[in-house]
Amino acid sequence: MSASTARIGAVIRKELAEFRRNRLIIGTAAVLPVLFLIAPTASILTVKASALSAGLDKGIDRSLFLPLLVPVLVPSIMSAYSVVGEREQGTLEPVLTTPVSRAELLIGKAAAIFIPAAALGYLMFGVFVAITQLAAAPAVAAAVRHAPQLPASLIFIPLLAAWAIWVGLAVSARATDTRVAQQLSTLGSLPAAAVAALMSFQVISPSFGLAAALAGGLLAVDCAACLAVARLFDRERLITGARPSRGIPAPAAPQDIQSPGEVTAHRKGELKCRRL
Amino acid sequence: MSGDSVVYEGLDETGTARGGQAPRAVPAAIEVSHLTKVFGGRTAVSDVSFRVAGGEVFGFLGPNGAGKTTTVRILATLISPTAGSATVAGIPMGPDGAAEIRRRIAVMPESPGLYQRLTVTENLEYFARLYGLPRRQERITEALAAVGLADRAHDLAGSLSKGLRQRAALARSLLNEPAVMFLDEPTSGLDPVATHEVHGLIAALRDRGVTVFLTTHRLEEAERLCDRVAIMSTSLRSIGRPEDLRRELFAASLEVTVAAALPEPGRVFGGLPAVQGWKAAGPAGGGPAGYALTVSDVARAAPAVTRALVAAGADVLSIAQSRHTLEDVYLQLVGDTEGSPR
Repeated sequence: MSASTARIGAVIRKELAEFRRNRLIIGTAAVLPVLFLIAPTASILTVKASALSAGLDKGIDRSLFLPLLVPVLVPSIMSAYSVVGEREQGTLEPVLTTPVSRAELLIGKAAAIFIPAAALGYLMFGVFVAITQLAAAPAVAAAVRHAPQLPASLIFIPLLAAWAIWVGLAVSARATDTRVAQQLSTLGSLPAAAVAALMSFQVISPSFGLAAALAGGLLAVDCAACLAVARLFDRERLITGARPSRGIPAPAAPQDIQSPGEVTAHRKGELKCRRL
Repeated sequence: MSGDSVVYEGLDETGTARGGQAPRAVPAAIEVSHLTKVFGGRTAVSDVSFRVAGGEVFGFLGPNGAGKTTTVRILATLISPTAGSATVAGIPMGPDGAAEIRRRIAVMPESPGLYQRLTVTENLEYFARLYGLPRRQERITEALAAVGLADRAHDLAGSLSKGLRQRAALARSLLNEPAVMFLDEPTSGLDPVATHEVHGLIAALRDRGVTVFLTTHRLEEAERLCDRVAIMSTSLRSIGRPEDLRRELFAASLEVTVAAALPEPGRVFGGLPAVQGWKAAGPAGGGPAGYALTVSDVARAAPAVTRALVAAGADVLSIAQSRHTLEDVYLQLVGDTEGSPR
């Protein structure tokens, strides 16, 4: 069955409306970026123009890679709520009785988290770059403008967000409690957060080749995770938490469909209620 | 195969003859054949077969854990059966028909399942989009008007009372104008006023020609609303109209109350036409006394009993036909078979 963009759009629209009215999600989405913007901005603004090249690079690394934690942490919280939250509210079952396909539901939910997470990530970098251009020493501002870490970070934002989303959705599809799901989802997104942190603190030296390899690896992992999560979005799994027992058998011929009481009724042409 | 082509002829049991109406041909809305569902090692539904006619209100009764909700979920294509087959709204269940079945049915689970942070209209709009409905706003307005919620359309669903949430959920179920509606314990946890409102809405669905599959363990509700009922306890115990199930399981009886205990009730009731037996049924002591008489024909027995009591000098306070409730039927069937091989 081909996916309907209208139904995907409906899921995205609904998810975004729910996020907008969820104080936990709004609070997380508002506070985390501010926290992760303050330290890097302060760090880069205190770098002196006369600093050695290595010192400048270190400052730029920390400033440009540390905020990558935001597109990891924000979607992990949102996606963890996405399925188990619906199950707790009792809204999942009515949705699954509509013609929405598993692909439409999955894409809709993932996109509804990806869009604000990526937008938030890019907004943070935009604000950071704008502040450095306006307030940092001219040499530091130029160094930021031409830093290879800048395009690398812009590529890592969606890849890291996607990883956090798939992990969150997978946890959410199997969990029975929202809080447990959010904790597990945060744990599951730690590898992605670790990548950002290790680059930020120069434990991994983010050369162009390494950054490209990491990006390629993340892309492959994201694709594999997407397929794995799609399997979890089976209706029976989502409703019962168990694997489907088997495929639905072929329908029987009309004459095979009969209850003992009704067979009697058919044969005699009269009402006959009896114990089965 | 098309379920619409399957026609019952000359059958009361197919659900059209509520209140003794003449039988008529009705296409089947649901046909279930030997449906079985096993979760791990536990059998939730065992070899269940039944038919539901178009436009019928069909009650599906059973204790907790009897497999009612599992059956509904199978018919709503949410879970797949371990064995057996079914046709819903004329579409055979299977990978190819599942999406089409979902277009033609609506399910109202026990919990209303509304998004609490969205308004009633936003909730309905989401589902209207998922169904891909044209004229969405018009349909939402109509559905809300049908359940009397037009004035609460822009309230947050979380601010509604439980009864109003049930109404909103019912409005959501009406959006796609379903041929078959599954209502799973729709009055569970509702107060009497809200329950009465939901009953009214179910009656209105019947008037609109919607086939209603109602699972409940409120027997008075089933008796009041359903054309036929099926009593379920993992497997199907019985199926039929409530009054026929009563007649099938219980002999007719008369309840007699007199001002004082009869000195020799055996002489009064013995040998009367159509009276098969009697037992004392009222309170012991010096006050009014009661007797329960098993009879083969109420119309013949009642006058004879009256005459015999008067002849014996008894002051008759009342003679009434005892009426077994659906609860009696249910307890007899479910209690009877509890622990027996299925």
